[in-house]
Amino acid sequence: MVTSVTNLGRSGLYDWVVQRLTAVVLALYTLFLVGFLASSSDLQFAQWQGLFAQTWMKVFSLAALISICAHAWVGMWTISTDYLKNAGVRIVFQLVCAGFLFVYLVWGIDILWSV
Amino acid sequence: MLVSVYRYNPEKDSAPYMQDFEVTIPGGRDVMVLDVLALVKEQDTGLAYRRSCREGVCGSDGMNINGKNGLACITPISEATKGKMDKLVLRPLPGLPVIRDLVIDMSLFYKQYERIKPYLQNNTPAPAIERLQTPAEREKLDGLYECILCACCSTACPSFWWNPDKFVGPSGLLQAYRFLADSRDTSTAERLTDLSDPFSVFRCRGIMNCVNVCPKGLNPTRAIGHIRNMLLNQQI
Ligand code: SF4
Ligand code: SF4
Ligand code: FES
Repeated sequence: MVTSVTNLGRSGLYDWVVQRLTAVVLALYTLFLVGFLASSSDLQFAQWQGLFAQTWMKVFSLAALISICAHAWVGMWTISTDYLKNAGVRIVFQLVCAGFLFVYLVWGIDILWSV
Repeated sequence: MLVSVYRYNPEKDSAPYMQDFEVTIPGGRDVMVLDVLALVKEQDTGLAYRRSCREGVCGSDGMNINGKNGLACITPISEATKGKMDKLVLRPLPGLPVIRDLVIDMSLFYKQYERIKPYLQNNTPAPAIERLQTPAEREKLDGLYECILCACCSTACPSFWWNPDKFVGPSGLLQAYRFLADSRDTSTAERLTDLSDPFSVFRCRGIMNCVNVCPKGLNPTRAIGHIRNMLLNQQI
C-alpha cells in the first residue's frame, strides 16, 4: 500500500467516489441553472433574487459549492502528485489550493446567506 | 529502407542521439522489425537490443516502433510504416531509464509486478490432487494469464510515467486481477486492501493507451475496472 500524508481520505476509493458523486451534483446544478436561464426569457433582478432567496435553492447551491470545493481538491491533489516531484513545491501548491478553496467556501456561504 | 535508431552508450556519449542506417531488405519482402534490426547490427555490431524467442512469446524485444510500443519480432515493417515501407524509427520503451541503445532498466516495472504478489495464495490444506476449478471458474482467467510482461503497456501509460514507483501500472494490475479472479486464491481481501490507496489502482485515468499497444491483444483497462468494482463492493 502506498501512503501519502497529504491525502485527506487515505483511500483511493474514497477520493474516486467523492469525485464521481460531486460531478453528478455539479452536472445537475449546471443543467438546472441553464434550464432556468433558458426558460426565463425576460429575466429581471427580482426573479433571480427570488430564486436564490428560497431555502431549497440555498441548500442546492450550498451542495454545489461544497461539491466544487471537494471536486477541485481531489483533482488538484492528483495533479500535484503527478507533476510536482519536489516535495516542498508540492506542499506549498497544495496549501495554496486548500487555502483558496476554504476562502471560496466561506465567502460563498456568506454570499448565499446574504440573499 | 531508412532505419533511424536511438543510440546511447553512457560510457562514451554525453547525450542520446538518433543514428540513420540505410538497410536493403533481401527480395524487398515484408519482414519483421526484428529482422531489420539484425541487418542494422551487421553494419554496427555495437548496437544493443534484447531479443530471445523471435515469435512474440518471451516479451524481451518491446520497443517504440515509429511512435508506438510493440514487439519487434511480430511487427511487420508494412504495419509499422502503415504500408509505405519508407522509414523505421526505433526508440527504447519510453519512461524508464535507458541502459544502452534500445535496452531499458526494467527494475521499477518488475518491482510493481512483485508488489502484487503474482503467485497463488491458499491457506487451506493442500488436497491430494490439484486444486480443481470448474470450466466457468477457469474461463475467468482468459485474457489475463496470457500476459508476457513485455512492458509495452506500462511504458505507454502516462500515469506510469509520472509515478512508476507508486502506480502499479496496467501490466501489474492485469496480473493483480488475474489472482483476484482466481477461485483457488484465498487472499482476495488482503490483495484488495493492498491496492486501496490513491496511487496503486486509482492513478489509472482510463486513457486506454495500454489496450491500444498490447501485442497480445489484452485489455488492462477492463481488468482495472473490475478491480475498482471489487474494491467498491468490499468497502461499501
Ligand atoms: S487505461 Fe489506465 S493503465 Fe491503461 S494506459 Fe490509461 S491510465 Fe494507464
Ligand atoms: S498486458 Fe500486454 S502489453 Fe502489457 S505487459 Fe502484458 S503482454 Fe505486454
Ligand atoms: S523476441 Fe521474444 S517476444 Fe520478441
